[in-house]
Amino acid sequence: METTFTINGTERSVDVEPRRLLVHVIREDLGLTGTHIGCDTTSCGACTVLVDGTPVKSCTVLGVQAEGRDLTTVEGLAGADGPHALQAAFKEHHGLQCGFCTPAMMLVGKALLERNPDPSDEDVRWEISGNICRCTGYMNIVKAIRAAAEAAREPATA
Amino acid sequence: MLPAPFEYDRPETLDEALDLLAEHGEDAKVLAGGQSLIPLMKLRFAAPARLIDVNRITGLDGIEERDGVLHIGALVRHNHLAASDVIKERYPTIATAAPMISDPIVRNLGTIGGSLAHADPSGDLGSVMIAMGATIVARSKDGEREIAAADLAEGPFQSTLTPTELITEVRVPAPPPRSGGTYLKMERKVGDFATVAAAIYLTLENGSVAGAGIGLTSVGLTNLRAEAAESSLAGASPGEDAWAEAARLAAEASEPATDVRGSADYKRHVVDVYVRRGLAAAAEMAGAA
Repeated sequence: METTFTINGTERSVDVEPRRLLVHVIREDLGLTGTHIGCDTTSCGACTVLVDGTPVKSCTVLGVQAEGRDLTTVEGLAGADGPHALQAAFKEHHGLQCGFCTPAMMLVGKALLERNPDPSDEDVRWEISGNICRCTGYMNIVKAIRAAAEAAREPATA
Repeated sequence: MLPAPFEYDRPETLDEALDLLAEHGEDAKVLAGGQSLIPLMKLRFAAPARLIDVNRITGLDGIEERDGVLHIGALVRHNHLAASDVIKERYPTIATAAPMISDPIVRNLGTIGGSLAHADPSGDLGSVMIAMGATIVARSKDGEREIAAADLAEGPFQSTLTPTELITEVRVPAPPPRSGGTYLKMERKVGDFATVAAAIYLTLENGSVAGAGIGLTSVGLTNLRAEAAESSLAGASPGEDAWAEAARLAAEASEPATDVRGSADYKRHVVDVYVRRGLAAAAEMAGAA
């Protein structure tokens, strides 16, 4: 089934068999392997991408459901002028170890900061509660997302 | 993991969806949020020949109170339910339960209609709608009918919907001024199904309990309505004695199974504790002295 959508600002058309999941289309058809497959059972959140700005688990959405939607994956975070504020903050605050959950954590952070530019620790913890990290213990992920929020609120003064 | 192959339809209107269901209902499943159905299809517990994706149908995602009834469209997502002002202000049972369903990302897609049609005894909204005395509106090409929330499920993952019917709306009676409610849920971690949960709704009139709704999650083959417990509260004087008796009856009515989340005895005990706490909290909210 011919499926057309925008991904990271570029329009793409892919022929998708209905039973294939969105994560397969992203990784295999488009070669964007920054979106990971973890548990493949809607638990871990490693496959999270943004659809029209909203985080969804792409292992639990059909590829054909992307028709007409605007998708963002981790590959769409960095701009021409370098890493996104979230990427810089994850690096600075050591918000990752193995990196498997990181693309999803940053995308969930992005959606949160667009809705709430000044989240508390509790807000961040609540928001990332659908994403599992087996390395960090979450402390530095929370720190990184809050630091990115702060950087976005006070651009260029830091 | 890949689901077994299926035909895929994406109707743009309700009529189109009902036509497709009339023609293919026996072999088809309706795809709403997909957060339960797609995992089941990937694990091959379900292998429908056809999926009818209703996500593009407009007009099924409203939340509106009018003429004493709260109308919730079948495609309202759990996070939309959790964020709704009218629900936060006037429907505490729903407002407490919505943010406890699965995890925040699943709540972005999961829908109220899909959740109820799925008839999972561990589903949260089934118990909530039982407690609230809600009705479920089911449409087919032949017309529309209302199903009492307590009559929607007849077994685990088995609803009383016919294969050609689609849930379009949930109707919740608006609460009277002196009312309260809550949802108490025990879960091992965020995103897990309830070990036990209890949905509570209580109304007071002239210092007595006017009505009570109690729905129980994960302690039977369907979401259970604790009928004897509800009856024991009608006209009762609000207080610890009434709550304890209702909680005892609710625990007695529950039929939990021993599994990885706990023993049957333990779960029955949690029902007792949650119903007692829930009723006390609801009564306080309703302004009991």
